[in-house]
Amino acid sequence: MSASTGSATRSRWLSLHAVAVFAFLYLPIAVLILYSFNGEGVGGFPPRHLTLDWYRMLFADGPIWDSVLNSLQVAFAAMAIALAFGVPAALALDRAQFPGKALFRRLVLLPLILPGIITGLSLLMLFNVVGAKLSLLTIILGHGTALISVATTEVFAGLQKLDRAQEEASLDLGANYWQTFWRITVPNLKLPIIGAALLIFTLSMDEIAVSFFLIGRDNTLPLEIWGRLRRGITPEINAVSTIIFVFSLVAIVFWYRLRVRAEGSAEIVTELAEGVNQERQRQ
Amino acid sequence: MFSRAYKVAVTAPPLLWVTVFLLVPYLLMFCYSFWSVSQAQTIVHSWNLANYKELLQVDVYWQTLLRSMWIAARVTFFSLLLGYPLAYFLSFYAGERKHLFYQLVIIPLWVSYLVRAYAWKTILGSDGVLNTLLQYVHLTKHPLEFLLYSPFAVVLTLTHIYTSFTFLPIYAALEHIPRNLVEASHDLGATPVQTFWRVVVPLSIPGVVAGATFAFVLSLGDFLAPLLLGGPSGIMISNIVVSLFGAAYTWPLGAAISLCMLVLVVSLLFLSERLEKKWSFS
Repeated sequence: MSASTGSATRSRWLSLHAVAVFAFLYLPIAVLILYSFNGEGVGGFPPRHLTLDWYRMLFADGPIWDSVLNSLQVAFAAMAIALAFGVPAALALDRAQFPGKALFRRLVLLPLILPGIITGLSLLMLFNVVGAKLSLLTIILGHGTALISVATTEVFAGLQKLDRAQEEASLDLGANYWQTFWRITVPNLKLPIIGAALLIFTLSMDEIAVSFFLIGRDNTLPLEIWGRLRRGITPEINAVSTIIFVFSLVAIVFWYRLRVRAEGSAEIVTELAEGVNQERQRQ
Repeated sequence: MFSRAYKVAVTAPPLLWVTVFLLVPYLLMFCYSFWSVSQAQTIVHSWNLANYKELLQVDVYWQTLLRSMWIAARVTFFSLLLGYPLAYFLSFYAGERKHLFYQLVIIPLWVSYLVRAYAWKTILGSDGVLNTLLQYVHLTKHPLEFLLYSPFAVVLTLTHIYTSFTFLPIYAALEHIPRNLVEASHDLGATPVQTFWRVVVPLSIPGVVAGATFAFVLSLGDFLAPLLLGGPSGIMISNIVVSLFGAAYTWPLGAAISLCMLVLVVSLLFLSERLEKKWSFS
């Protein structure tokens, strides 16, 4: 009896704490969206004169859309690089033994945990030494290199669950490695690869610390926003942030679905069981 | 079953790329930190320890490094304070709503870092949302000035950003605790509080270490939040590096500070890996 009331109290305190944390996490996002409709500027309580003017201004704003196009180019190119080198890297870590493998694994994963400033600056020094001019290309190389880590971790996790018998059968039946890779390995790793691609794309669209040092004449969207923040703030930034938020939300829901599917039938079975239980309780 | 040619084909390209774009740049950073700048503002490739001597002798460098570590430590503490009970609630008490709550925690992770720092700026400013709200309800007459352009603003914003990061490994660790261990503890007469401290907490330590490392390392190297919200008193070590690489052509000194950060971060990662191994039960 006393144990169960104790448990109820604990549960209540924990849920209160959870509500507080969620409020803390979502308050800035809510404020941001609300004030994108505020006629009176970014601060000021209460919000007054709700308007769509900032969105109209945004859609007529040339430099912002140029930077969006730049960011899209960078994100797609970085995705291509990260997958082209990240997928083989995962295969190598899973299947090959070579000297320096442990160092290689650490090195690949390092940009994921290292502050962006170190990755950005070290690449800046490289480009400086070889005399490369800073441009979108240098940002692409930076993002691609930093995000190989994402492709490698996601695909490596997928490989751990992969049954090698299919690949073995394919090879035994006379397909070469190249055919086996495209017809067996890749289709089996479809979900981790798509998941990694989505993550890489979103992370690249948002990346600022590495780009900050590798930027040439053309801005990416976060750097364009950064430049404006330093000049003074208007709800137009809230409007563009709101639009980015909506896109991220769609991407994340999609990614989560994939994730649940990739985690295999066990997860889905528990979900089904939960659903059946709910049905039973209703009857 | 995989031929030698296959292994070379999957190993060589990523190995080459990572060498050129990660290993060489880090080595270059190492070299730069021992070079110097001439009167004519060019880099002299003569090896010396002048940059490191300057680091030790000029107070502002190591003081800022210490302040950055203090800010990062506070961010780590508050992220754990917010993240751990949340993860525990989700894992042990949330029942069927677990998946929904989990998605709610990771959604902010996908919201642009810059956008969230900017949002805090509009909330904390002297004519920002919070100050005008306080005056609107007549709690204060004048704007509270300490809210923005202070270490407080930096700690608050970075805590907001890294709470979700800290949550993830803790939640994963809690989810992996076999539930029959918890039941066994109850059956053997432990109170729920004892079970929590003696079974749940020790088994979740690898997750706590991983989460704390994430929060500490990433906030230690941050330079955007201090630039946007920190003001003069909230400057962090990366801001100094940025300025050394900017207008002033003092790359070697900047490289020396970066290398110190790199060494600090890598040793922390190494340490946390050791700790995680030591505490993991499987």
